[in-house]
Amino acid sequence: MAKMTLDQLRKLREETKGEMTRRETEGKEIQVIVGMGTCGIAAGAKESFDAIVKAVDEFKIGANVVIRQTGCMGLCHVEPTVEVIVPGMPATIYGRVDAAVAADIVRKHLVDHKMVNGHIYDRPAIDIISK
Amino acid sequence: MHFTICDFVLDLVQNSIEAHASHIQLVIEEAAGFISVGIDDNGQGMDQATQKRAQDPYFTDGVKHRRRKVGLGIPFLVQAVQQVGGDWNLHSEPGVGTKLYFRFPAEHLDTPPLGDLPGLLLSIMCFDGDYDIHVRRANPASDIDYQVNRLELRDALGGFGDANALLLARQFLESQEIASA
Repeated sequence: MAKMTLDQLRKLREETKGEMTRRETEGKEIQVIVGMGTCGIAAGAKESFDAIVKAVDEFKIGANVVIRQTGCMGLCHVEPTVEVIVPGMPATIYGRVDAAVAADIVRKHLVDHKMVNGHIYDRPAIDIISK
Repeated sequence: MHFTICDFVLDLVQNSIEAHASHIQLVIEEAAGFISVGIDDNGQGMDQATQKRAQDPYFTDGVKHRRRKVGLGIPFLVQAVQQVGGDWNLHSEPGVGTKLYFRFPAEHLDTPPLGDLPGLLLSIMCFDGDYDIHVRRANPASDIDYQVNRLELRDALGGFGDANALLLARQFLESQEIASA
Protein backbone atom coordinates (compact mmCIF):
# COMPACT_ATOMS: atom_id res chain seq x y z
CA MET A 1 0.00 0.00 0.00
CA ALA A 2 1.29 3.43 -0.89
CA LYS A 3 0.24 6.84 0.34
CA MET A 4 -3.10 7.77 -1.19
CA THR A 5 -3.49 11.21 -2.74
CA LEU A 6 -6.65 13.29 -2.63
CA ASP A 7 -7.09 12.70 -6.37
CA GLN A 8 -6.91 8.94 -5.92
CA LEU A 9 -9.43 9.21 -3.12
CA ARG A 10 -11.75 11.26 -5.34
CA LYS A 11 -11.50 8.62 -8.05
CA LEU A 12 -12.24 5.75 -5.69
CA ARG A 13 -15.24 7.63 -4.41
CA GLU A 14 -16.54 8.22 -7.95
CA GLU A 15 -16.21 4.52 -8.75
CA THR A 16 -18.36 3.52 -5.79
CA LYS A 17 -20.84 6.33 -6.36
CA GLY A 18 -22.34 4.52 -9.35
CA GLU A 19 -23.67 1.81 -7.07
CA MET A 20 -24.92 4.38 -4.64
CA THR A 21 -27.14 6.45 -6.87
CA ARG A 22 -28.92 3.29 -7.99
CA ARG A 23 -29.97 2.66 -4.43
CA GLU A 24 -30.90 6.25 -3.71
CA THR A 25 -34.59 5.62 -4.44
CA GLU A 26 -34.90 3.26 -1.47
CA GLY A 27 -34.80 6.24 0.84
CA LYS A 28 -31.56 7.27 2.38
CA GLU A 29 -32.99 8.45 5.62
CA ILE A 30 -31.60 5.94 8.12
CA GLN A 31 -29.50 7.83 10.65
CA VAL A 32 -27.15 6.48 13.28
CA ILE A 33 -25.74 9.03 15.73
CA VAL A 34 -22.98 8.13 18.16
CA GLY A 35 -22.42 10.18 21.34
CA MET A 36 -18.78 11.32 21.49
CA GLY A 37 -18.63 13.41 24.64
CA THR A 38 -16.09 12.79 27.41
CA CYS A 39 -18.38 10.11 28.83
CA GLY A 40 -18.81 8.33 25.49
CA ILE A 41 -15.12 8.40 24.63
CA ALA A 42 -14.14 7.07 28.08
CA ALA A 43 -16.63 4.22 27.67
CA GLY A 44 -15.32 3.20 24.24
CA ALA A 45 -17.63 5.01 21.80
CA LYS A 46 -14.88 5.08 19.18
CA GLU A 47 -14.89 1.29 19.05
CA SER A 48 -18.69 1.31 18.76
CA PHE A 49 -18.47 3.84 15.93
CA ASP A 50 -15.94 1.66 14.07
CA ALA A 51 -18.11 -1.43 14.62
CA ILE A 52 -21.16 0.35 13.18
CA VAL A 53 -19.27 1.49 10.07
CA LYS A 54 -17.93 -2.03 9.59
CA ALA A 55 -21.32 -3.73 10.03
CA VAL A 56 -23.09 -1.25 7.75
CA ASP A 57 -20.48 -2.02 5.12
CA GLU A 58 -20.83 -5.78 5.58
CA PHE A 59 -24.58 -5.61 5.03
CA LYS A 60 -23.99 -3.39 1.99
CA ILE A 61 -26.43 -0.75 3.19
CA GLY A 62 -23.79 1.99 3.31
CA ALA A 63 -25.47 4.14 0.69
CA ASN A 64 -28.69 4.33 2.71
CA VAL A 65 -27.24 4.98 6.13
CA VAL A 66 -25.89 8.26 7.42
CA ILE A 67 -23.53 7.79 10.35
CA ARG A 68 -22.92 10.86 12.49
CA GLN A 69 -21.34 11.87 15.76
CA THR A 70 -22.51 14.23 18.42
CA GLY A 71 -21.48 15.28 21.92
CA CYS A 72 -22.92 14.02 25.19
CA MET A 73 -26.63 13.14 24.93
CA GLY A 74 -27.03 13.33 28.70
CA LEU A 75 -27.05 9.58 29.35
CA CYS A 76 -23.55 9.40 30.80
CA HIS A 77 -24.48 6.45 33.03
CA VAL A 78 -25.09 4.11 30.09
CA GLU A 79 -22.41 5.15 27.61
CA PRO A 80 -21.61 4.50 24.85
CA THR A 81 -24.97 5.75 23.54
CA VAL A 82 -26.23 5.52 19.98
CA GLU A 83 -29.37 7.08 18.54
CA VAL A 84 -30.99 5.24 15.65
CA ILE A 85 -33.58 6.79 13.34
CA VAL A 86 -35.20 4.43 10.85
CA PRO A 87 -38.23 5.70 8.86
CA GLY A 88 -41.40 4.00 10.05
CA MET A 89 -39.89 3.09 13.42
CA PRO A 90 -39.68 5.08 16.64
CA ALA A 91 -36.44 7.03 17.08
CA THR A 92 -34.51 4.99 19.60
CA ILE A 93 -31.60 5.67 21.94
CA TYR A 94 -29.52 2.67 22.81
CA GLY A 95 -27.17 2.62 25.79
CA ARG A 96 -24.26 0.43 26.84
CA VAL A 97 -23.45 -0.10 23.17
CA ASP A 98 -20.12 -1.91 22.92
CA ALA A 99 -18.82 -3.19 19.58
CA ALA A 100 -20.89 -6.41 19.79
CA VAL A 101 -24.14 -4.59 20.61
CA ALA A 102 -23.36 -2.09 17.84
CA ALA A 103 -23.14 -4.90 15.29
CA ASP A 104 -26.40 -6.31 16.70
CA ILE A 105 -28.15 -2.95 16.28
CA VAL A 106 -27.12 -2.79 12.63
CA ARG A 107 -28.29 -6.33 11.93
CA LYS A 108 -31.56 -6.25 13.88
CA HIS A 109 -32.67 -2.62 13.88
CA LEU A 110 -31.34 -1.33 10.55
CA VAL A 111 -31.68 -4.49 8.47
CA ASP A 112 -34.50 -6.51 10.09
CA HIS A 113 -36.37 -3.51 11.54
CA LYS A 114 -36.56 -5.05 15.02
CA MET A 115 -35.42 -3.24 18.14
CA VAL A 116 -32.62 -4.62 20.29
CA ASN A 117 -33.83 -5.60 23.76
CA GLY A 118 -32.09 -4.62 26.96
CA HIS A 119 -30.34 -1.53 25.62
CA ILE A 120 -33.14 0.97 25.04
CA TYR A 121 -33.00 4.18 27.08
CA ASP A 122 -34.84 7.43 26.91
CA ARG A 123 -33.69 10.96 27.44
CA PRO A 124 -33.34 13.23 29.20
CA ALA A 125 -31.85 11.40 32.16
CA ILE A 126 -33.84 11.98 35.35
CA ASP A 127 -31.23 14.20 37.02
CA ILE A 128 -31.39 16.90 34.35
CA ILE A 129 -35.17 17.32 34.20
CA SER A 130 -36.11 20.40 36.19
CA LYS A 131 -38.93 19.83 38.59
CA MET B 1 -10.89 7.78 32.29
CA HIS B 2 -9.55 7.87 28.76
CA PHE B 3 -7.30 5.09 27.61
CA THR B 4 -5.21 6.51 24.76
CA ILE B 5 -3.78 9.90 23.87
CA CYS B 6 -6.09 9.89 20.85
CA ASP B 7 -9.06 9.68 23.24
CA PHE B 8 -7.91 12.86 24.99
CA VAL B 9 -7.48 14.64 21.67
CA LEU B 10 -10.92 13.59 20.44
CA ASP B 11 -12.48 14.91 23.64
CA LEU B 12 -10.65 18.25 23.42
CA VAL B 13 -11.34 18.80 19.72
CA GLN B 14 -14.99 18.06 20.42
CA ASN B 15 -14.81 20.91 22.97
CA SER B 16 -13.51 23.22 20.21
CA ILE B 17 -16.37 22.24 17.93
CA GLU B 18 -18.89 22.74 20.72
CA ALA B 19 -17.31 26.17 21.32
CA HIS B 20 -18.32 27.04 17.72
CA ALA B 21 -14.81 27.07 16.28
CA SER B 22 -14.80 27.41 12.49
CA HIS B 23 -11.10 26.69 12.27
CA ILE B 24 -9.04 24.27 14.34
CA GLN B 25 -5.34 23.65 14.00
CA LEU B 26 -4.17 20.30 15.39
CA VAL B 27 -0.52 19.27 15.65
CA ILE B 28 0.48 15.77 16.74
CA GLU B 29 4.17 15.17 16.94
CA GLU B 30 6.35 12.37 18.24
CA ALA B 31 9.87 13.71 18.54
CA ALA B 32 12.75 14.23 20.98
CA GLY B 33 11.32 11.77 23.50
CA PHE B 34 7.89 13.39 23.72
CA ILE B 35 4.44 12.90 22.28
CA SER B 36 3.21 16.47 21.87
CA VAL B 37 -0.21 17.75 20.93
CA GLY B 38 -1.33 21.30 20.15
CA ILE B 39 -4.93 22.34 19.59
CA ASP B 40 -5.58 25.90 18.50
CA ASP B 41 -9.13 27.00 17.75
CA ASN B 42 -11.02 30.19 16.99
CA GLY B 43 -14.01 29.23 19.12
CA GLN B 44 -15.74 31.39 21.71
CA GLY B 45 -12.84 31.18 24.20
CA MET B 46 -12.91 31.42 27.99
CA ASP B 47 -12.09 34.23 30.41
CA GLN B 48 -9.45 33.75 33.13
CA ALA B 49 -11.91 32.58 35.76
CA THR B 50 -13.53 30.03 33.45
CA GLN B 51 -10.15 28.67 32.39
CA LYS B 52 -9.33 28.02 36.00
CA ARG B 53 -12.66 26.41 36.69
CA ALA B 54 -12.35 24.18 33.61
CA GLN B 55 -9.72 22.28 35.60
CA ASP B 56 -12.29 21.52 38.29
CA PRO B 57 -14.00 18.17 37.59
CA TYR B 58 -17.18 19.51 39.20
CA PHE B 59 -17.47 22.43 36.81
CA THR B 60 -19.29 22.56 33.50
CA ASP B 61 -20.65 25.59 31.66
CA GLY B 62 -24.14 24.22 32.31
CA VAL B 63 -25.36 25.11 28.83
CA LYS B 64 -26.20 21.63 27.60
CA HIS B 65 -27.46 19.86 30.68
CA ARG B 66 -28.58 22.43 33.15
CA ARG B 67 -28.44 20.49 36.38
CA ARG B 68 -25.22 18.60 35.75
CA LYS B 69 -22.15 19.68 37.63
CA VAL B 70 -19.50 17.49 36.04
CA GLY B 71 -16.96 18.36 33.35
CA LEU B 72 -14.18 15.83 33.05
CA GLY B 73 -12.47 16.59 29.74
CA ILE B 74 -9.69 18.92 30.96
CA PRO B 75 -9.40 17.34 34.45
CA PHE B 76 -8.78 13.91 32.86
CA LEU B 77 -6.00 15.37 30.73
CA VAL B 78 -4.38 17.27 33.59
CA GLN B 79 -4.40 14.19 35.79
CA ALA B 80 -2.87 11.96 33.11
CA VAL B 81 -0.19 14.50 32.17
CA GLN B 82 0.80 15.26 35.76
CA GLN B 83 1.03 11.57 36.65
CA VAL B 84 3.90 11.05 34.22
CA GLY B 85 5.67 14.40 34.60
CA GLY B 86 4.47 15.85 31.30
CA ASP B 87 3.53 19.48 30.61
CA TRP B 88 0.33 21.21 29.65
CA ASN B 89 -0.69 24.73 28.95
CA LEU B 90 -4.02 26.43 28.34
CA HIS B 91 -4.41 29.89 26.90
CA SER B 92 -7.78 31.28 26.00
CA GLU B 93 -9.37 34.61 25.22
CA PRO B 94 -13.10 35.27 24.97
CA GLY B 95 -14.07 35.98 21.38
CA VAL B 96 -10.66 34.97 20.06
CA GLY B 97 -10.20 31.28 20.77
CA THR B 98 -8.37 28.70 22.80
CA LYS B 99 -4.88 27.24 22.55
CA LEU B 100 -4.17 24.04 24.38
CA TYR B 101 -0.81 22.32 24.38
CA PHE B 102 0.34 19.20 26.18
CA ARG B 103 3.07 16.64 25.98
CA PHE B 104 3.76 13.24 27.45
CA PRO B 105 7.26 11.79 27.92
CA ALA B 106 7.25 8.94 25.37
CA GLU B 107 9.27 6.53 27.50
CA HIS B 108 7.41 6.86 30.78
CA LEU B 109 5.81 3.58 31.79
CA ASP B 110 2.46 5.20 32.57
CA THR B 111 2.25 7.39 29.48
CA PRO B 112 -0.92 6.32 27.65
CA PRO B 113 -0.44 4.65 24.26
CA LEU B 114 -0.92 6.97 21.29
CA GLY B 115 -3.92 4.95 20.11
CA ASP B 116 -5.71 4.72 16.78
CA LEU B 117 -4.55 7.87 15.03
CA PRO B 118 -6.35 7.43 11.67
CA GLY B 119 -9.52 6.64 13.67
CA LEU B 120 -9.04 9.83 15.68
CA LEU B 121 -8.58 11.98 12.58
CA LEU B 122 -11.68 10.46 11.03
CA SER B 123 -13.69 11.03 14.19
CA ILE B 124 -12.75 14.70 14.58
CA MET B 125 -13.74 15.28 10.97
CA CYS B 126 -17.23 13.86 11.06
CA PHE B 127 -19.06 15.98 13.55
CA ASP B 128 -21.80 18.06 11.90
CA GLY B 129 -20.97 21.50 10.54
CA ASP B 130 -18.66 23.41 8.22
CA TYR B 131 -15.72 23.81 10.58
CA ASP B 132 -12.28 23.24 9.11
CA ILE B 133 -9.52 21.27 10.79
CA HIS B 134 -5.97 21.46 9.66
CA VAL B 135 -3.91 18.52 10.92
CA ARG B 136 -0.15 18.47 10.96
CA ARG B 137 1.37 15.13 11.94
CA ALA B 138 5.05 14.35 12.35
CA ASN B 139 7.16 11.51 13.59
CA PRO B 140 10.63 12.15 12.12
CA ALA B 141 12.14 8.91 13.47
CA SER B 142 9.59 6.93 11.40
CA ASP B 143 9.69 9.26 8.39
CA ILE B 144 6.11 10.28 8.92
CA ASP B 145 5.21 13.84 8.03
CA TYR B 146 1.91 14.91 6.50
CA GLN B 147 -0.92 17.39 6.65
CA VAL B 148 -4.63 16.94 6.07
CA ASN B 149 -7.52 19.38 5.87
CA ARG B 150 -11.06 18.50 6.76
CA LEU B 151 -12.73 20.58 4.07
CA GLU B 152 -10.41 19.25 1.35
CA LEU B 153 -11.12 15.70 2.39
CA ARG B 154 -14.85 16.37 2.60
CA ASP B 155 -14.76 17.90 -0.86
CA ALA B 156 -12.92 14.86 -2.31
CA LEU B 157 -15.52 12.54 -0.79
CA GLY B 158 -18.59 14.68 -1.42
CA GLY B 159 -19.39 14.57 2.32
CA PHE B 160 -18.73 12.23 5.23
CA GLY B 161 -22.35 11.13 5.49
CA ASP B 162 -22.50 7.52 4.41
CA ALA B 163 -20.52 4.51 5.54
CA ASN B 164 -18.82 4.15 2.19
CA ALA B 165 -17.32 7.64 2.48
CA LEU B 166 -16.20 6.90 6.03
CA LEU B 167 -14.45 3.70 4.98
CA LEU B 168 -12.63 5.42 2.12
CA ALA B 169 -11.66 8.31 4.39
CA ARG B 170 -10.22 5.83 6.86
CA GLN B 171 -8.21 4.10 4.12
CA PHE B 172 -6.91 7.48 3.03
CA LEU B 173 -5.92 8.48 6.57
CA GLU B 174 -4.30 5.10 7.27
CA SER B 175 -2.23 5.40 4.13
CA GLN B 176 -0.85 8.76 5.32
CA GLU B 177 0.85 6.99 8.21
CA ILE B 178 3.12 5.17 5.77
CA ALA B 179 6.70 6.40 5.90
CA SER B 180 7.39 8.75 3.02
CA ALA B 181 10.99 7.60 2.48
